[in-house]
Amino acid sequence: MIAFVIRRIIQAFIVIFIISVIGFAVKQSVGDPVREMTGISVSAEELQEFREKLGLNDPWYVQYVRFLGKAVQGDLGNSFFYKRPATDVILEKAPATLELVFVSSLIVILFSVPLGVFSAIRPNHFLSRFLMSGSIVGVSIPVFLTAIMMIYVFSVKLGWLPSFGRGELVMIGGWDSGLLTVDGWLHILMPSVALSSIMLPLFIRLIRAEMMEVLESEYIKFAWAKGLSNRRIWFVHAFKNTLLPVITVGGVQLGVTIAFTILTETVFQWQGLGFMFMEAVERSDSPLLVAYLMFVGIVMVVVNTIVDLIYGLVNPTIRISGASS
Amino acid sequence: MSALATFRESYLWYSFKRDKIAIASLLVLVLLFCSAIFAPLIAPYNPYDPEMIDIMNSEIPPAWEDQGSREFLLGTDSQGRDMLSTMIYGMRISITIGLGAVLLQAFLGVLIGLFAGYHGGRLDAIFMRAADVQLSFSYLMVAIFLSAVLQAVVGVSRFGEIAVPFLILVIGFSQWPQYARTVRASVLAERKKEYVEAARVAGFTSPRIILSQIFPNTLSPILVLSTIQVANAVMSEAALSFLGLGMPIDRPSLGSLINSGFEYIFSGAWWITILPGVLLVVLVLSINLLGDFLRDVFNPKLYKG
Repeated sequence: MIAFVIRRIIQAFIVIFIISVIGFAVKQSVGDPVREMTGISVSAEELQEFREKLGLNDPWYVQYVRFLGKAVQGDLGNSFFYKRPATDVILEKAPATLELVFVSSLIVILFSVPLGVFSAIRPNHFLSRFLMSGSIVGVSIPVFLTAIMMIYVFSVKLGWLPSFGRGELVMIGGWDSGLLTVDGWLHILMPSVALSSIMLPLFIRLIRAEMMEVLESEYIKFAWAKGLSNRRIWFVHAFKNTLLPVITVGGVQLGVTIAFTILTETVFQWQGLGFMFMEAVERSDSPLLVAYLMFVGIVMVVVNTIVDLIYGLVNPTIRISGASS
Repeated sequence: MSALATFRESYLWYSFKRDKIAIASLLVLVLLFCSAIFAPLIAPYNPYDPEMIDIMNSEIPPAWEDQGSREFLLGTDSQGRDMLSTMIYGMRISITIGLGAVLLQAFLGVLIGLFAGYHGGRLDAIFMRAADVQLSFSYLMVAIFLSAVLQAVVGVSRFGEIAVPFLILVIGFSQWPQYARTVRASVLAERKKEYVEAARVAGFTSPRIILSQIFPNTLSPILVLSTIQVANAVMSEAALSFLGLGMPIDRPSLGSLINSGFEYIFSGAWWITILPGVLLVVLVLSINLLGDFLRDVFNPKLYKG
């Protein structure tokens, strides 16, 4: 087990190292920091002098080490647009995205578990058939289209829900939350439903497939033979073993979710990380771009490593097969 | 027996005839692909020709609405382009990019999967770890990052000219791991079989064994995966274009059409954004349904995720 943990953590560091190299390469190739700082009315010699002073004429590996050293301390440079440290901007925008992801994961869990389990134990029920065909329609509709259609119906036609922004926010200890006001909930409703619309069909299908596989296994047959009640077999014996693969896929889906927050936030002008990222792209704000890349990369590596470790903990065959390969 | 006769006796044809959904989605797909290929003949207007566009015709609703005009069956967009023609041309671009990206990723993924799976060892470990990591970031995320960064490097104005090959490259590169993993899994199963051993004893070189012996036996999972990947690639292209990282508005794909029409829904002009959206969903849905059918028939073990 210890070997497995160590191997997994070393791998996480290698990935973070690669991400930092990519981040550095982006920083080097996008925009000119000297131009950003000085404007155009500066002579060539002064520019050269300035470059020398900033260490921009050093070989790339010296610059990389400097970049890495600063990055470890949380310094990824100042955003060209906000004129503030990029990490500060990221931390300020993160709560909006985290709340969005949180509420939509809540929706996914609340709906996918009962619906997935139901369609596994009653595969021929008309609701299960409807769910199965509905879910393939669901994955075929892009998130931004769901979002646009919701805005058209609920904001433009019916006028029930606001179409953009986060609404009234309450500040608690550096975290401006929209989840404490009615207005905030009205604003988060459509974005989170739109975001969950792509995950929900996927998870219903996954839970159904895993549950059906488990229900075919020997130990469930034995439980039937013992005469245990339906409920006990379904919800205690079978369901427990369904969760395992669902957790790993859930970890993998984090990357998908983050990608889709970019789309959802763009449609709803949700002031989170995804919206900020698209603005940074439009403004060629390279420090902010790099900061977002590093932030998302590290979050993803950490979550995936934790998910893998949990999986290794509960499923010993993973550790062993990992060791032999 | 001729190839056609073999096909008519096959399980694929037998189950296809009985599956109404598969037949319907194939018909829809053939219709959409044909209208994309013959777009210049079918579309009533040429959306790339500035002579045919009149700004006075902008935002005309579809013909069945009150202010609709017979001249523009599905209405016009904010620049006065005929929606129907723009959508057909847009779909043409979306399909081109989707197919191109799948060809590229299949080439990369199959080659890596075949050789890594057959030889094993360090190279295999490196490629599969890379595939794992890339998959954990999700292909859409990789594609968004790649195009955002490259667009910032190239500059938006020059980007417009190279958008099609660029998107094929970005989407193709972001999705190769699915192919590599699927192919590798079936190579690992095939490698131990007797016919491979026989080929080795007969003194075949390993590239020859891989390409002429093992590769044909991995085709059915590749076929199933390819249908799903075309749908994914079309969706990725739409997402990138919607974010403004894909096709420019003077040569719009379905995604950039949805993007350009988005702000007009607030003034009630829903057709500019919803109609291309519906076409996109119909396209992706019929590919997905066909993919589902193929998966049921061949039942290969695809990588989940």
